[in-house]
Amino acid sequence: MNQTSELIIAGFGGQGILFAGKVLAYGGMLAAKEVSWLPSYGPEMRGGTANCHVIVSDAPVSSPIITNPTLLIAMNKPSLDKFEDALVPGGMVFVDSTLIDRQVKRSDVRVHYIPATQLAQDMNAPKLANMIMLGKLIAEADMLTYDEVKTGLGKSVPSSKQDLLALNLKAINAGYGYKA
Amino acid sequence: MAIVFERPKSLSDVTLHYCPGCTHGIIHRLIAEVIDELDIEGKTIGVAPVGCSVFAYNYFNCDMQEAAHGRAPAVATGIKRADPGNIVFTYQGDGDLAAIGTAETVHAAARSENITVIFVNNAIYGMTGGQMAPTSLVGQVTQTSPYGRKTETQGYPLKVCETLATIQGTAYAERVSVDDVKNIKKAKAAIKKAFENQLAGRGFSIVEVLSTCPTNWGLSPVEALGWLRENMMPHYPLGIYKDITKEEKK
Amino acid sequence: MSDKVLMKGNEAIAEAAMRAGCRHFFGYPITPQTELAAYMAKKMPKVGGLFLQAESEVAAINMVYGAAGAGVRVMTSSSSPGISLKQEGISYIAGADLPCLIVNIVRGGPGLGGIQPAQSDYFQATRGGGHGDYRLIVLAPSSVQEMVDLTYLAFDLGDKYRMPVMIIGDGMLGQMMEPVVFDDTKGGGTGEKAWATTGTRMARKRNIINSLYITPEELEKLVWEREKKYDTVRAAEVRFEQYAAGDAEYIIAAYGTTARIAKNAIDTLRREGYKVGLIRPITLWPFPNEAFSRAAKTAKAFLTVEMSTGQMVEDVRLSVDGKVPVHFYGRTGGMVPSPAEIIEKIKSIAGGDK
Repeated sequence: MNQTSELIIAGFGGQGILFAGKVLAYGGMLAAKEVSWLPSYGPEMRGGTANCHVIVSDAPVSSPIITNPTLLIAMNKPSLDKFEDALVPGGMVFVDSTLIDRQVKRSDVRVHYIPATQLAQDMNAPKLANMIMLGKLIAEADMLTYDEVKTGLGKSVPSSKQDLLALNLKAINAGYGYKA
Repeated sequence: MAIVFERPKSLSDVTLHYCPGCTHGIIHRLIAEVIDELDIEGKTIGVAPVGCSVFAYNYFNCDMQEAAHGRAPAVATGIKRADPGNIVFTYQGDGDLAAIGTAETVHAAARSENITVIFVNNAIYGMTGGQMAPTSLVGQVTQTSPYGRKTETQGYPLKVCETLATIQGTAYAERVSVDDVKNIKKAKAAIKKAFENQLAGRGFSIVEVLSTCPTNWGLSPVEALGWLRENMMPHYPLGIYKDITKEEKK
Repeated sequence: MSDKVLMKGNEAIAEAAMRAGCRHFFGYPITPQTELAAYMAKKMPKVGGLFLQAESEVAAINMVYGAAGAGVRVMTSSSSPGISLKQEGISYIAGADLPCLIVNIVRGGPGLGGIQPAQSDYFQATRGGGHGDYRLIVLAPSSVQEMVDLTYLAFDLGDKYRMPVMIIGDGMLGQMMEPVVFDDTKGGGTGEKAWATTGTRMARKRNIINSLYITPEELEKLVWEREKKYDTVRAAEVRFEQYAAGDAEYIIAAYGTTARIAKNAIDTLRREGYKVGLIRPITLWPFPNEAFSRAAKTAKAFLTVEMSTGQMVEDVRLSVDGKVPVHFYGRTGGMVPSPAEIIEKIKSIAGGDK
């Protein structure tokens, strides 16, 4: 049976939702897996909600649209409200508990609460909550390995901005090692 | 025996389809003489419009493209950008250039597209049988202004050279006429300058030529020339409206 | 072959076009093809090429006409409302037998419509859109890699047949990223274009790029000659993909984005024992009529799935020619059908018949 991870990352525009997805897509591609990355687009990107669908699979990806994700990263409350019910039973949800003040209602999914926005502020890197969530995702889910994501990150950061690489990696590490 | 008058080399050896007394033929000839004198036939591409001069592609020996109505400056842009070493001119009437193709004209000027535009203004749509043009005069009777052009409902005639002169990208804008020998000579000098500007890479050059349409004006050729002088020239004064070579010298 | 890179569909078309030797791009901003023009604006100057933002779609397509007539590989891209504006120029390009590439990243219509993915420009693309007897070769990729491959092909076919080629995608294909490789053995060759207005150099007779033929006898002759060329294209250039179609009793017809969704539905249905397959037209014109008429001999029914109220379904029905039922399922206005909706439709068509 082929292994396929279907992840929706959702939050506000400006939280680095699309970039987080790109890191994973690159990581998957460089690990010789089949990948697709699909963003929401249009006016909703201007300060509204943003989400992206990332599929990493051993088999060719048919539809890049994810109807029922196996994995969900919710970085604000509207995103959790919108996608919680769509998760497959047995799926996994990662909640930024700094910005989402409610518990996940489903009892048939595994839930991880990470105060990612707070942790990012504590690190003096308020824009890197996305990478903290990503770190926790790879620690808990069988999607990609730490090294694969690290390689993906290297590809996603333009060569002119390599100074950002270390900081992003630090945030991934913070999430990877986070224990509630 | 010495030859004192012959067909310019770049004008093809066919009979023009224009009505008797129409001045398109004179303007064609002036362009061809200029192309010959500058020795640029082999690298010139002309763009014909939609209007009375729609068959202009048959009358020049250089490469030609036929454009959709009003689009000649856009087509010329494509040709020029494909090979900036070539010389590209458009030949357009008033409906083509100043009504349906206003946007293409204005923006070719704004980009200072390095092309030469020959604009034939006879204040009427000729090919379709004499409708009101953007340059028809106030009070002018046409098929679509049978009671005379009324400003209340049909607005005012467009002054193309004056308008384009306000655009920074316009290198050269001159209005000329072909109603008599003196003016024909001036017209030729202007057309030559517009091509020389392109050769020198100066950008968008336009020569507006006041022209007659005896058929649709309902006048004899001689009367038409008189009508042009008495009615068009006061509203469309001849002269140079912009010339960056003069500004360069200052 | 290049390294595998992750690219958005819109950017992949732009990169492939440049690698295919296109050095002239004329366009006007519109969502959701934005990234294509932006990529061109950034990259063209680096290879000595031209990106020109025109004052309108109308001007852009006429610049394409001029440059195509001057013999260079040239393209424009837009989305549905902008493509409507270009129809005048496309008709003239077809009428003057000029090659070029037109990309339509389709959005919901009519009118201003929306900006989400749609397939409601099928009629416009395959039936003309502008005036007169003419055709475009219409290529419908369903992945980012195919957007690359079909861009190379589009320029080659355009030059070979001297006709405009359209690549029709949608906002989803344009915006999504997938891994792609570029085959550098392809492209680059524009070939000798003896008909182009490059300047006579006083060494040949003048060339005239024109679509005006005032004598009806002459025009009719030319239009029929062009139709013969179209017959050659019909015979030689049909492209389609079959997926699980060999033993299929129910055949889904879908192209582009919708075909990918149909594949998900087919995988699920197959696991449940339904014999379902897919025929995916890659050329929307010429349409793969024979693939469908052949399948009609063994299939029990067809289901056409589109992001429209039913446009390609007419071609499927013409091909199947009444032999078996052709059903339709569509979403429109920017809504994308889900695999579940397709599964449900197939099950209702099959009755309990696996």
